[in-house]
Amino acid sequence: MSSTRLPLWFELVLRMVVAGGLGAFLLADAPGSTGIVLWVSVILVWALAWSINSRLTSLEGLAKPLERLRDVAVPALFGLTLLFIWEAICKGAHVPLVLLPAPSDIWAKLVVSLPTLWADLVQTFIRAVIPGWMLGSGAGFLAAILCDRVPFLKRGLLPLGNLMAALPIVGVAPIMVMWFGFDWPSKVAVVVIMTFFPMLVNALAGLEAAGHLERDLMRSYGASWWDTLVKLRLPAALPFVFNALKINSTLAFIGAIVAEFFGTPIVGMGFRISTEVGRLALDMVWAEIAVAALVGSAFYGLLALAERWATFWHPSYRAR
Amino acid sequence: MTGTRRRLPPAGHLLPVATLLAVLLVVWYVACLPMNAVVAEPRLRETDGSLAERLRISWSLERAVLPAPHQIAEEVWRTVFTVLPTKPRSLLYHCWITLSSTLLGFLMGSVLGIGLAIAIVHVRTLDKSLMPWIIASQTIPILAVAPMVIVVLGSIGLTGLVPKSIISTYLCFFPVTIGMVKGLTSPEIMQLDLMRTYNASAGQVLQKLRWPASLPFLFASLKVAIAIALVGAIVGELPTGAQAGIGARLLNGSYYGQTTQIWAALVAASVMAAGLVAGVGFAERVTGRMLGGRP
Repeated sequence: MSSTRLPLWFELVLRMVVAGGLGAFLLADAPGSTGIVLWVSVILVWALAWSINSRLTSLEGLAKPLERLRDVAVPALFGLTLLFIWEAICKGAHVPLVLLPAPSDIWAKLVVSLPTLWADLVQTFIRAVIPGWMLGSGAGFLAAILCDRVPFLKRGLLPLGNLMAALPIVGVAPIMVMWFGFDWPSKVAVVVIMTFFPMLVNALAGLEAAGHLERDLMRSYGASWWDTLVKLRLPAALPFVFNALKINSTLAFIGAIVAEFFGTPIVGMGFRISTEVGRLALDMVWAEIAVAALVGSAFYGLLALAERWATFWHPSYRAR
Repeated sequence: MTGTRRRLPPAGHLLPVATLLAVLLVVWYVACLPMNAVVAEPRLRETDGSLAERLRISWSLERAVLPAPHQIAEEVWRTVFTVLPTKPRSLLYHCWITLSSTLLGFLMGSVLGIGLAIAIVHVRTLDKSLMPWIIASQTIPILAVAPMVIVVLGSIGLTGLVPKSIISTYLCFFPVTIGMVKGLTSPEIMQLDLMRTYNASAGQVLQKLRWPASLPFLFASLKVAIAIALVGAIVGELPTGAQAGIGARLLNGSYYGQTTQIWAALVAASVMAAGLVAGVGFAERVTGRMLGGRP
């Protein structure tokens, strides 16, 4: 780095202040600012944010904690910039609410309709996604162990499971709604069917994961099938099981929401989305999607934490 | 018995799969009895109530709760082979509607995904700022936005094929991007260093090293992408009020209690999914052979 350049922190702060000031001005004045001013300032803010990010990512040889901070700050700034541009364009170009509501509109709607959103969340997530995810994954896991015990079953189920993974299983939703009614049991059923096969296939792969050396060691100890399973093969299968649990967390949410498109009592995230779309209340739809995104990633994040806690011995964590 | 036990060949999946399917079929036929008991009751009262009568009725109900497999097969046969494919009564007609938006969405999604992955690999800022968001968006139930996309695009005059394929595009560009970023960065440092000693430009490295190295990743993610593109197209047909396509058949069937129609649509969707994934697998093998790979 040449000595004539400004200190890094000064340079970054300067750019941030300029971008922030320009952005604040733009937001405060967005409805009033006319065409060219709006677009030029939007592009300027974008360019400044980009330059900050590219400056940050080009830094080499940072200390570990600083580097971690950087890896969070860069995507955060990127996301904030996108949000800002979304807001500025919506407000500045007067995009109609039925086309794309601005983030501030969505936030305002979200805050007002918290009770509704909470009721939908309980109906879809607590009553349908969680039980279905647990039942489906549990059944898939037990089936994998059964398959491990009975090789004939395994050779039959594995190709079927691989095939089922590619099929559009959400299509069973109308059938389940017909069988189990409009309320949450039908959604649980859809989720169970959707989550069963990924867990089966992954758990079977996981049960194969223990090395030959370790298995031979267990045999030389005279360990029974059961002992080998509990003390060696299940722990070795855990990374695969967690992988399936994570895949299933997304699938379960999708299954429950799509099943609600086929019929629900008058509560639930999928129901709310489809009816509010019908009424062109897009701010409510976006609020519901924001909640789904938040809950979905929290669910996934918790699973990732649990995985780290349970499989701390795995090379992918040891390396850090 | 160990002496007479037949040894199955190592890759002998045929017999176990056939056995399982046979068991499934038997369970299905048996399950038709209790599942359809309520619907069959009125017609049963007119007969002597023998088991044969009960079986005959439970397996041939018009609006069965669980139609028997042969009824579904009949429905598929009737709607595929006895109707002209251009008529809305034909299953092939609906298959084509769904298939066309699937393929268009898959094409756009793959191109977009590959382009984005190439950009991410070459622009470090993009990698650091965009990649975490792409990974995080995998945890979001993206399909929930489908009705909104359809309606919003409809309100600006876009209807029919394009909105549905945009949902498919949206769904399938994530796996392609993630897979391709992994694939394009899969060459080892030694190979990249060799390219540098040749004074290769970024474009040449991409063309001669990164792209060929990424092909296994590409096809793996294309298989995921085409399956999910089909799901996107089907779900995209739900909010449009059941006009045409596999999703419309599902919704229509659920409105009017036509279970055989739902099952037939499911069979069609499954055949299409299996065919599409097999198609990508075939393309993978052809490409592998063209590049001189050994099977």
